Amino acid sequence: MATVDLIGLNKSVDGHVILDHIDLRIEKGEFVAVVGPSGCGKSTLLRLIAGLDEPTGGSILINHQCMNGVPPAKRDIAMVFQHYALYPHMTVFDNMAYGLKMRGVKQSEILQRVAAVATMLHLSELLKRKPSMLSGGQRQRVAMGRAIVRAPAVFLFDEPLSNLDATLRTKMRHEIKKMHSQLKTTCLYVTHDQTEAMTMADKMVVLNNGKIEQEGRPRDIYQYPATLFVAGFIGQYPMNLIEGTIDKGAQFVNTAHGVSLPVPKGKRSLLDGEKVLVGIRPEHLYAVEKPSKRSFSVKVEFIDDLGADKLLQVVTVLNGSPLLIRVLSDKALPSYPLEVEMDLTKATLFGQQSGERLGGWNGA
Amino acid sequence: MKKNPLITVLLHALIWLFIAVLFLPLYLALVTASHLGSDMMQAPLPYLPGNAFVDNLTVVLTKGIPATGGEPILSMLWSSFIMAFLIAGGKVFFSLLGAFALVYFEFPMKKLAFASILLTMMLPVEVRIVPTFQIIAWFGWVNTYAGLSLPLMASATATFLFRQCFKTIPSALVDAAKIDGAGPVRFFIDILLPLAKPQMAALLIIMFVYGWNQYLWPLVITTDPSKATIVMGIGYLAGVADQIPQWHYLMMVACIALLPPSLVILVFQRWFVKGLIE
Repeated sequence: MATVDLIGLNKSVDGHVILDHIDLRIEKGEFVAVVGPSGCGKSTLLRLIAGLDEPTGGSILINHQCMNGVPPAKRDIAMVFQHYALYPHMTVFDNMAYGLKMRGVKQSEILQRVAAVATMLHLSELLKRKPSMLSGGQRQRVAMGRAIVRAPAVFLFDEPLSNLDATLRTKMRHEIKKMHSQLKTTCLYVTHDQTEAMTMADKMVVLNNGKIEQEGRPRDIYQYPATLFVAGFIGQYPMNLIEGTIDKGAQFVNTAHGVSLPVPKGKRSLLDGEKVLVGIRPEHLYAVEKPSKRSFSVKVEFIDDLGADKLLQVVTVLNGSPLLIRVLSDKALPSYPLEVEMDLTKATLFGQQSGERLGGWNGA
Repeated sequence: MKKNPLITVLLHALIWLFIAVLFLPLYLALVTASHLGSDMMQAPLPYLPGNAFVDNLTVVLTKGIPATGGEPILSMLWSSFIMAFLIAGGKVFFSLLGAFALVYFEFPMKKLAFASILLTMMLPVEVRIVPTFQIIAWFGWVNTYAGLSLPLMASATATFLFRQCFKTIPSALVDAAKIDGAGPVRFFIDILLPLAKPQMAALLIIMFVYGWNQYLWPLVITTDPSKATIVMGIGYLAGVADQIPQWHYLMMVACIALLPPSLVILVFQRWFVKGLIE
């Protein structure tokens, strides 16, 4: 177990900035997921911590010790690669034992440690096979076994599940989670799949264009996205964004859907006529029987029935702007025109220009 | 698609014709090797095997022929084998190291280094034979196996082949080895060499045949008959002045000279094909 601290970490290649002043603290035994679109620098971040690349600026501390310039083998880390990177000519046993052998661990201890990890990952029967004779899921487990057997202070995962099919991915997700709860090793898990990040992480870090957009508990990031980018990136379906203007006296938000909302308490006071966006997730819009002051009419364009719930693609009657609404499948929908209301306590107010969260209606 | 039986027959006939054309010289060599020298001096030349095969074989293997310096060809076969083996082994060894440096290390003027290696591909042995001879003579390596093999050990082709082979090895494997704590030498021995095995086998075979067939260089660098190679022996037999070439011995030696490379190919055939297509 170890802490990992990144202080003002910069990385640029040929003048092109990949990571821009990353500050991050990872506590002992914490499972941190770094999530972001491809090209946001999340893999580079991992390679810097692993020591496979050297940062342009800033420092990396593992257990409060500066690791800049320290070769990967001496950092007490283990990495699980996206394409597993198993040695194709070695058996499963040799793959797992290689790192120990390089560290001069005694043969008897190697045998014992590999056997223990193999049992934990259900690999005991496969120890004599070569990677080419294994299925994708088995290879994935060998790659994890190779990391676990070394008993490092920090695990680094580089999109380890992206090569598996959906069913296997869910299963392996649980296995990694289980492993973490057993070993309590500090984990840094890089993924572009926000479901993985949401379900596994103690702390989630959203990375975009080499900068941390937001970090925090997955639940908080989902509910209180700090920026428009996070709002769009996190969540199975993107957040609905409704345009609005702050009225005179900064008392109300007049939305483009013709609903007037009270101005929430926020970080700063809002200006007259300021352009804002009201963010509301598809599941926080619901149909109501009777029109009210807070409701607005929409026209349903498509219905995606997903079994458990229905996803309605609607446009507002007033200005034809599109919205996504998620409702439980067994709930009957009132007839046209559908009256829709927002669960205001779940909504977020963003500035249109800055893209930053200005506040919410639930007091947070 | 259903095949027309006529086309099948025709295709097979073509294949057999092709094989026959390929094997005709070999057959004629064997026929010649089984006759007395005097039979080769008369028209028409025999086209069926004679009965002097064993006699001729005994003569070339044990007694030696005056035209080749009177040495039995066994010692020539041995010289050829040592030379071919050293050349093939040296080529594989040096090009592995060269390719390792080119693919996995950053150093100044790396592109220039690669370009100059490729440049040597354009220069055949014959072009650089005089300076090479001067250098080897200066080393005092005339009439040695080192002198025979060293100048032929550098191989741009093999370096290029290994470079391409190493480039196909995923970079994550390099990263994994780094994290596992393997240094460059360990990585080379534990990871790269096993992965390049098929290519090594293929090259070893091709280069063995190449080394075996060397003619001009051994001719230049050896004066001592004990270091003469089998290909030189064939040359001696064919090029005697003021004498009728002893075709029956010549062909016998040629047939024997064919055997070791063929054997090497037969033994390593499976690896050979694997190395070429991977």
